[in-house]
Amino acid sequence: MSEPRRPEPEALLSEARREGRGRLKVFLGAAPGVGKTYAMLEAARLRAAEGVKVLVGVVETHGRAETEALLRGLEVLPRRRVIHSGRILHEMDTDALIAHRPDLALIDELAHSNLSGGRHEKRWQDVEDVLAAGIDVYTTLNVQHVETLNDTVARITGVRVRETVPDRVLEMADEIELIDLPPDELIARLRAGKVYVQDQAARAVANFFAKGNLTALRELAMRTAADRVDAQLQEHMATNAIAGPWPTQERILVLLPEGAVGRDAIRIGKRSADRARVEWFVLALTSLRDEQSRRADGQDETGPALRLAERLGADISTLQVEGDAVSEVLDFARRQNIRRIILPRPPARPWLAQLLPDARERFLAGLTRRATDFELTLVGDEARAGRKRHAPTPPDLPHGLRLAGIVIAVVAGASLVAISADRLFPVLSLSLIYMTAVVSVAAYFGLWPSVATAVLSFLTYNLLFTEPRLTLHIWSRGEFLTLVLFLAASILTGNLAARLRSRVIAQRAIADRTRKLYDFSRKAAGAASFDDVVWAAVSHVATVLECESILLVPDEGGALAIAGAFPPEDRLEPRERSAAQYAFDHGEPAGRGSGTLPASRWLFLPLSGAERRLGTLGIAYEDGREPGPGDRRLLEALADQVALALERICLSEDLAQSRVTSETERLRSALLSSVSHDLRTPLVSILGAAEGLDQPGLGPQGRDILVETIREEGERLDRYIQNLLDMTRLGHGALRPNTVPTDLRELVGAARHRLRGPLRDNPVMVTIPEDMAPAHVDPILIEQVVVNILDNARKYAGPGTPIRISASTHGARATLAIEDEGPGLPPGASGHVFDMFWRVGQGDGGQGGTGLGLAICKGIVEAHGGAIRAEPVHADGRGTRIAIDLPLTNPELTH
Amino acid sequence: MSAARILIVEDETPIRRFLRVALEAEGHLVSEAATAHEGVALAAKEAPAAIILDLGLPDADGITVLKRVREWSAVPVLVLSVRSDEAGKIAALDAGAQDYVTKPFSTGELLARLRGLLRDRAAEAATAVLTLGPLSIDAADHRASLAGEDLHLTRKEFDLLWLLATHAGRLVTQDMILRAIWGPAHAGDSQYLRVYIRQLRAKLGDDAADPRWIFTEPGVGYRLAEG
Repeated sequence: MSEPRRPEPEALLSEARREGRGRLKVFLGAAPGVGKTYAMLEAARLRAAEGVKVLVGVVETHGRAETEALLRGLEVLPRRRVIHSGRILHEMDTDALIAHRPDLALIDELAHSNLSGGRHEKRWQDVEDVLAAGIDVYTTLNVQHVETLNDTVARITGVRVRETVPDRVLEMADEIELIDLPPDELIARLRAGKVYVQDQAARAVANFFAKGNLTALRELAMRTAADRVDAQLQEHMATNAIAGPWPTQERILVLLPEGAVGRDAIRIGKRSADRARVEWFVLALTSLRDEQSRRADGQDETGPALRLAERLGADISTLQVEGDAVSEVLDFARRQNIRRIILPRPPARPWLAQLLPDARERFLAGLTRRATDFELTLVGDEARAGRKRHAPTPPDLPHGLRLAGIVIAVVAGASLVAISADRLFPVLSLSLIYMTAVVSVAAYFGLWPSVATAVLSFLTYNLLFTEPRLTLHIWSRGEFLTLVLFLAASILTGNLAARLRSRVIAQRAIADRTRKLYDFSRKAAGAASFDDVVWAAVSHVATVLECESILLVPDEGGALAIAGAFPPEDRLEPRERSAAQYAFDHGEPAGRGSGTLPASRWLFLPLSGAERRLGTLGIAYEDGREPGPGDRRLLEALADQVALALERICLSEDLAQSRVTSETERLRSALLSSVSHDLRTPLVSILGAAEGLDQPGLGPQGRDILVETIREEGERLDRYIQNLLDMTRLGHGALRPNTVPTDLRELVGAARHRLRGPLRDNPVMVTIPEDMAPAHVDPILIEQVVVNILDNARKYAGPGTPIRISASTHGARATLAIEDEGPGLPPGASGHVFDMFWRVGQGDGGQGGTGLGLAICKGIVEAHGGAIRAEPVHADGRGTRIAIDLPLTNPELTH
Repeated sequence: MSAARILIVEDETPIRRFLRVALEAEGHLVSEAATAHEGVALAAKEAPAAIILDLGLPDADGITVLKRVREWSAVPVLVLSVRSDEAGKIAALDAGAQDYVTKPFSTGELLARLRGLLRDRAAEAATAVLTLGPLSIDAADHRASLAGEDLHLTRKEFDLLWLLATHAGRLVTQDMILRAIWGPAHAGDSQYLRVYIRQLRAKLGDDAADPRWIFTEPGVGYRLAEG
């Protein structure tokens, strides 16, 4: 390995996660009474003597004098009083402990269950909090409380403990100290009454403390501690990027080279691993060529072997190798810190065949040469259903007949050429014509046809050209040499050609697989909706693997429902359904060809996203066969892509949905407040003025004012309603501009005319060239835009301030700008002025606008393919310019 | 102005009520119809001088009434439309309405339009020179002058001004102008019209951005001021 090893990121991450946390030390014992608490207190006293601030969170002395003596001199945290079932009990006060901030806290009995009312249900959760607060913790634990050992302990002792601690808590421990006491001594201590056993009937106690049990528990505790040490070592190696293996626990790898059956090797691996109580791995090597030959003859021994290994509890991997298999295997083994590799011996072959070593023999030789730091074990391999795979097999009969025809034709052709050349050349040269035939057949048809050609050529040559002719009689040394040369050429060339061909086929298969995956990712990327992705997935899987496919996703209630199938299918048999459910629930393959519910017709693979399970993808073959490993791997790759695509769609749909919902909510409330305020205000004025007209003694001047009020407020109400209507039309996309060439000067004139009343107090200056090219717009709609902008400018700039309107052309666009000399937009507002219901100075204090005018302008201008923007007129932010870009030419004509 | 009979076809009672008040204040006689059916019947029976027609009626739309009335009568029709219904407004003009006001309209504006419809300027101009304030147009020798100054109009410009002037205060649609001056084959060539309107404006000293004489109804047509 020339590549420098990098620390594994996960290892570094867990290291980093631990920084700032307190350190956890567990005093682990095989049974109560071995002296864990005592050992913990002793260790704590040593630390206290070093000046470490030690606080006893909780220590159960069970009245033992020597333990209590050790407590003396240590600060003890007062217990929290808890009233439980009418009794006063004491619990550790976690809050007080953390508040106290000692360097080291002693918390006895990690597996303890808290009474209700505390922070957590379990004491180990309290310990996690204390550690998180940066306080070191010493704690004690009996091996029987370790969750995964609970069953084992119950089997050994017949006593099941209810209080368990998750393994990860133990894994979290920075240090584990095994408190060991030989069983005889423990039994002696029990007899002496020095062991406190909680609420356990004497009989049960006696059973529990039987010597056999204690021995087993002791071994279990030792193993747990040792495992932990091993884990630490592994972590150390990963963090510091040390290349393995380090001789600690010998992990075992059962290696199944390409073409091996390996069931015996797996069983031996399992037995060895059991004896050594170590983890074991099974690694199957495949190549595309192997898969293809397997698919072709419908046989697959590796699949059942791997399932056997799965059942036997191995950690299974498959490695597809095309190049240097030995390095890949050794690299894998070093990464997993494996010491021992078990692999099946290649089948014995006739000595002659061994001159041309086959792939497995080459692989084994390479492994033996290079795996110097591993222990290699070769075990026998059972025969592969009575056939040899890797020796080139004679072709099938129909195919063989065709090849035989070709061979005869070639030899006949060569003979014809040889006969016609007979007069011109010496006899020996004629053999070269046959040699050419042999080499050609070898190159095009492989080994066996070329061997046949060689033999047939030799016979023909002998018959036709060697003296005496037309007999096979004479065997001279020279002729024997001819035969050997023919055979050698045919075998060499045939082998070369076969190898070349298989490489081409393998390359083609790799390209094919890549293309299939790429095809799907392309399809999925183009899919806009969930249903599109589902359909792309099922149709693609079905086409690529030539099978039926189905995709199930959880519905709102969480029950799996068929989202799509190819060919379309809307129901599943209960057995199939439970396989799908299993795959979904456990995140593991289930159904045909897997270890779970293999009687099912379908094989289901889970579709897992980063955050949740998305569903399950199933395939089934019409003839009910199991998917081969190649198909299975392609299916797994496809399932990953489907999961990715589904997750992408789900996320974007969620996002869009939440965005739409919040936007709708915002608009709805804005609309409500706007309607209640903006519709009512003019109505109040109108009603008030109308009643005022009734008042006796109203002079003509007062009457005019009231009439004017009614008129103006009525117009305001009308504008508001018109805005709402326009907005609705824009919102429904019902607005289709009816564009014609339009003179912007005329348009501005019409807009000013419409606003002549409100605009009477504002001087308006127009600078639009007389001969400006007409804009291609809907005059009615753009007039509305200009009216809205002018009205806004008037309202916000105030009476007496001038309004400037200008237009110019830039390329294919006309820009119309309307500027006022008002206070300008507040900072940051220019991005919002076109939002619905946005207005300067929100609320009652603001101008009496609807907050819709500019939003409508934006909608109309954008419907024209134009753009609208707001900007200050002066550098100091005063004045507002609204500029509109409009097309000068008909966009339909330019497209 | 002489008293004329005006028929109001409108289903909203309050609108009919204030229109009646305003029209009677002008000295007109008013008939009211609340439905299309009733409107057609009254138009036939009373032969009104002008009809004010709402486009949205309960039993049929206003266009139907207009088409029925146009079967036998050329009576001026003023359409009441709503602003968001540009298409209905234009359809009504195409179907033979003379002018429109957009709801909500000011009563003053409506009465001005109605006056424009009731005055038969073509008849006035047949024998005389047409005068709109400082603008006087002589049909006999094709001359127009503004405040005594000759405008030097080309033949087409004069025809355009004459057409607008005989409809002064009334809407003249683009379509109508193009057919009358350039012939039916040019009904869609609004770019001619824009050019001539611009030239006419220049000679009248009128500013498109702040018109005094020729008012643009965007997307519909033009209206000449009455002086």
